[in-house]
Amino acid sequence: MKKSTLFDIISPVMIGPSSSHTAGAVRLGLLARNIYKNTPKKVIFKLYNSYAHTGRGHGTEKGLLAGVLGLSVDDRRIKNIFESEISKNIEYEFQYADNFKAHPNAVDMTFIGENKMFISGESVGAGEIAIRKINDFNVKLTGKYNTILLVYKDMPGMISQVSSILQYNNINIAFLNCDRNAKGKEASMVIGIDANINQDIIENIEEIPEVYFVSYIEKLEQ
Amino acid sequence: MDTNINTFEQLLSVCISNNKGIYEIAQENMANSADISIEEVRAFTARSLFAMKEAIQSGMASKESSMSGMCGQDCHKVQQRFRHAQPIFGKTFEKIIEYALATSEENIRMGKIVACPTAGSCGILPAALVAVSEDYDFSEREQINALITAGEIGRIISVKVALAGAVAGCQAECGTASAMSAGAICQLMGGNVSQILHASTLALKNLLGLTCDPVAGLVEVPCVKRNPFLAVHSITAAELALSGVESQIPPDEVIDAMEQTGALMSPTLKESSQAGLAVTKTALQIKNQIFG
Repeated sequence: MKKSTLFDIISPVMIGPSSSHTAGAVRLGLLARNIYKNTPKKVIFKLYNSYAHTGRGHGTEKGLLAGVLGLSVDDRRIKNIFESEISKNIEYEFQYADNFKAHPNAVDMTFIGENKMFISGESVGAGEIAIRKINDFNVKLTGKYNTILLVYKDMPGMISQVSSILQYNNINIAFLNCDRNAKGKEASMVIGIDANINQDIIENIEEIPEVYFVSYIEKLEQ
Repeated sequence: MDTNINTFEQLLSVCISNNKGIYEIAQENMANSADISIEEVRAFTARSLFAMKEAIQSGMASKESSMSGMCGQDCHKVQQRFRHAQPIFGKTFEKIIEYALATSEENIRMGKIVACPTAGSCGILPAALVAVSEDYDFSEREQINALITAGEIGRIISVKVALAGAVAGCQAECGTASAMSAGAICQLMGGNVSQILHASTLALKNLLGLTCDPVAGLVEVPCVKRNPFLAVHSITAAELALSGVESQIPPDEVIDAMEQTGALMSPTLKESSQAGLAVTKTALQIKNQIFG
């Protein structure tokens, strides 16, 4: 486990009652929104295990929806989000399931709008979260770093091409994870970086041959 | 400056060799590790302090129930009583109980609180810190110093033990909060670095083995009422340490004991609501009423 900082101990300022079931839920919704890049027309939330069983008493459903709508963990509107004006233009649905293979606090989010996206995440404790799946790809996004996500054809040299663009722009890589469905097929790369980046860099990466999709996912506020 | 402090022994020796307080070392290290200024560290801390006071204010003014209906009126009841009764230990004691309940009840009614270190334990440190600061006229600067020290104490505990009921039981959540609070109060009242660490250690040592067995899996019973108890508990620890009472077992070894106790604790008693209070006849009835 990554070590906590002084700030982690005396924060966050949040809407209660639970860092994992309320604040964590908001952060999962927020990060999923950053990945989808937009407010969707409809979201289907599927809550698992402890989220499914005790979510209602913790405001987990409210937190998830509030996050998808862009509210931060300390926004007092979370409490009455279902009655609030800001949730009038979005359709949402909650489903519940048990799955012993899933994390105790897991949620699948299906975003439906201009495109459809499946995002799965976990609330891992103390408000910390991880997005573990985007569509078919296994990822690990914690919201702590600005992150570049790309999908490309699995082939030699892709990492060095991307990292050389970052190096040229003097951007330090904090972590890098890759995943692929099968050798030579689609692969995904998740790159956590220390800085902010501009659209030019994303476009440079998009121009690499055999890169299918690039997305820049901003980190969450602490 | 050694930025890699992982034990209380290291913290004590760095403080002594630099002739600095815990908060000074902690704010420098936080600034270095996050690449920000000390002023920014203090501004962040000030925002948490402000939010703690805000939660106390709104909690004192409300008697709205939680979503489950189990909690929400206790702070109001205590305030009603003290309109005509004298608190046995005086005004500050009354405030500590009220502020801890106010904050915890704000939490369970989906109000705004500061997880310090967790949401379930959010009432402990603010109650002691704010009540003592009000009644003994400590400046905002001194309160921020105390909160930074408390945060550093919590951070060092968290190096060995994850501050989560699911990992180590309530000793890791409310126990840590009480240890942080004891250190903060000891510092405010003029304790030296060694006394501050002993205050924290005494508080924590007395809570080893505390389980996490919440009714219906909610942060309500016994969590809400545990907050005023452990806020008062932290004052006892601070008073002992200020008198020169020391923990016979050194701080780091008490953390080791806490880690081991947490590991040995049955998972049924670690936030899974499968044993203890959570499976009493009444608790199961309540659970049925809430979730059907």
